[in-house]
Amino acid sequence: MKISFSAEDEKFRVEVATWLKDNLAGEFEELKFRGGPGDEHMFPEERKKWEQQLASGGWTCVGWPKEYGGRGLSIEQQVIFHEEYARSGAPGHVGHIGEGLTGPTLIAFGTDEQKKKYLPGIVAATELWCQGYSEPGAGSDLANVKTKARFDEEKGKWIINGQKVWTSLAHESDYIFVIARTDPDSEKHKGLGFFLMKMDQPGIEVRGIEQLTGTSEFNEVFFDDAECDADDIVGAPGDGWKVAMGLLGFERGVSTLGQQMQFQNELDQVIETAKENGASADPIIRQRIAKAHEGLKIMRYNSMRTLSDDAGDGALQKEALMYKLYWATWHRDLGELAMDVMGAESEVLEGGPYELSRLQSMYLFVRSDTIYGGTNQVQRNIIAERGLGMPREPKVTIKA
Amino acid sequence: MEFAFTEEQQMIRDTAESFLQDVSNSEAIRTAMATDAGFDAELWQRICQELYFQAITIPEELGGMGLGFVELVAVMEQMGRFLLCAPYFSTVCQASTAILVAGNDEQQAEYLGKVLEGSIGSLAYTSSVKTGVEAVEATFSEQDGEYTLNGNYKFVVDGHSAEFVIAAAKNAAGEIALFVLPTNTQGVDASWVPTMDQTRKQATLSFDNVKLSQAHLMKANAEKELADILDFATICLAAEQVGGTSQVLDITVEYTKERVQFNRPVASFQAVKHKAADMMTKAEAARSAVYYAACVAQDAYTGGELADELAEAASIVKANASESYFANAGDAIQLHGGVGFTWEYDVHLYFKRAKGSEHMLGNPSYHRERLASMLFA
Repeated sequence: MKISFSAEDEKFRVEVATWLKDNLAGEFEELKFRGGPGDEHMFPEERKKWEQQLASGGWTCVGWPKEYGGRGLSIEQQVIFHEEYARSGAPGHVGHIGEGLTGPTLIAFGTDEQKKKYLPGIVAATELWCQGYSEPGAGSDLANVKTKARFDEEKGKWIINGQKVWTSLAHESDYIFVIARTDPDSEKHKGLGFFLMKMDQPGIEVRGIEQLTGTSEFNEVFFDDAECDADDIVGAPGDGWKVAMGLLGFERGVSTLGQQMQFQNELDQVIETAKENGASADPIIRQRIAKAHEGLKIMRYNSMRTLSDDAGDGALQKEALMYKLYWATWHRDLGELAMDVMGAESEVLEGGPYELSRLQSMYLFVRSDTIYGGTNQVQRNIIAERGLGMPREPKVTIKA
Repeated sequence: MEFAFTEEQQMIRDTAESFLQDVSNSEAIRTAMATDAGFDAELWQRICQELYFQAITIPEELGGMGLGFVELVAVMEQMGRFLLCAPYFSTVCQASTAILVAGNDEQQAEYLGKVLEGSIGSLAYTSSVKTGVEAVEATFSEQDGEYTLNGNYKFVVDGHSAEFVIAAAKNAAGEIALFVLPTNTQGVDASWVPTMDQTRKQATLSFDNVKLSQAHLMKANAEKELADILDFATICLAAEQVGGTSQVLDITVEYTKERVQFNRPVASFQAVKHKAADMMTKAEAARSAVYYAACVAQDAYTGGELADELAEAASIVKANASESYFANAGDAIQLHGGVGFTWEYDVHLYFKRAKGSEHMLGNPSYHRERLASMLFA
């Protein structure tokens, strides 16, 4: 059991840190610590430009194999990259859906043509992606997708009709991947297809959702006879669920270490605030801050365990299964702690009509952390069923 | 970075598991805990002779296995899981560690030699509910190379069974020194203290003008050494807690799968599953914390650069494991329903061990205040 990095890896760390320091300057200075969760709607154009700057140094898609334009980094060096990235204050990845989800999916399930067509734009950060999974009737019950895909022989295209919701950055994206029902008589996870679609077309309309933060980074996406080329279905019609679920396996926790560095930046700000306003003298605040520190450290140890703990069968181990529930709950608690440290000042906005400070925005946004990507309740079901082998609830069918 | 057990470490862990599963069953625990000593002397000799687990951290040149804290933590986790009643924590995690950290060559040869032969040792440092170096109240004075110790040591684990003890005391100037002495030294009186957790025995050691020669002084000005010893022992204790945190979950899941109500195993109710999921989350988090702390302890012990992290790692894991173990043990009683409240089922043994361990070597509020002091330094 070893927790230290090799000398070569530490050298790599210096290389990354130096590059980021040299490049995150000038016009990019204003992007520092921006564009994270709760702030994703800010500076999209500038952040895209920053990502192209990253691409010029070969710092996008660092975990992808070299043959697809990635950097082919080892797990250790990916960890280091994400840590240094967040430590530098570099902005939230505007291209993270493409890099983290579309790319790995195509590498695993895509045709050669699809790889050639889409991967270079993701690596170069010239093309942004969004994710079309959730629907008004398919939230926690994700397989209950109603959006329909039918193949039009005359046009030689798939025609998509329906609605997606909670789509991050849909208004900034060039492409969307969509799961839609290819077999109209199918139910649940059977009969779905996985489609790659251009956003800029007459059949697609995007509407922002005004969140409780007063801002909009999530959207509704409406499909009204939207078109998808015949070549742009990943896998066969009916394979959509398998392809979509394959995505979940790609996330082995490397980028979570970057997310943790963002959390660290937030916690540091809470600690600074407590020092400045004297809350650090309150014994209960001290206990809560220490507990937050403890929780974040453990999050890191836990991810390190996940990264080293590959049984080889791709199955998530227990410590990986509980990760979403753990970090989401921790982050929600941090939001409350931030406000309690600020005290009465927590009410005062940066400006009117509803301009939130970073900590205020975090406090409000974290209420979504325990909902999106599987609510805490769904996570607990997954943990109990897959991690502990407890039986599923018997099915209850509502009579129509 | 390879944050997983090596093959050899895994083997030690598995050996501990299969041995303890056999010998530390409910009946054995209950027999041992009903005695004043609190352990089966024959089993202790088997642990020492067959498994040689008391030798894990003792260097090879002294006849030990020359391994470290990762291996020790792996074994302690299993001992906690099976609620082993044996003077292992006191002898190995406390006494041996203290001698390794602060003893001179002669003391190491003599006392670690005794440990290898199966002798029992312990650590005496506090006289109140306080913990940490600031808890030392017993006094020593020096005259012509002879030391006189006075004081009442409380919560000394296995103190009434120990053949030797490491004692911390301070002089009039407030300087802490560490001594090692046989418990049959004149002026030492050890008396067993009945405790709520019967699976770990404690004693009060009163020192009444105990005269010690220079040979018994381990280290003068030993504040740093005592702090390190307590941190090392804390991490070992946390490993034991992690074993318990996880075991109460396993026992509970097994029970709820078998227990049928409303024509369903109660494990199929979300109200039950969600509690179990929270228990698993707590157990895995604490486990990640203790493995990390074990690596830090090993690095700190061998003079590595992580030495600076020792206190922090110890406080993180002890605060976390203490809270998680107690929460899980409490939830285990709840999810067992009525039988969880009986003497017959083992859950209460874990529940009691959890609270006993929580307040040993610093409870969560102590450790979190220690962390806060670091964060606000």
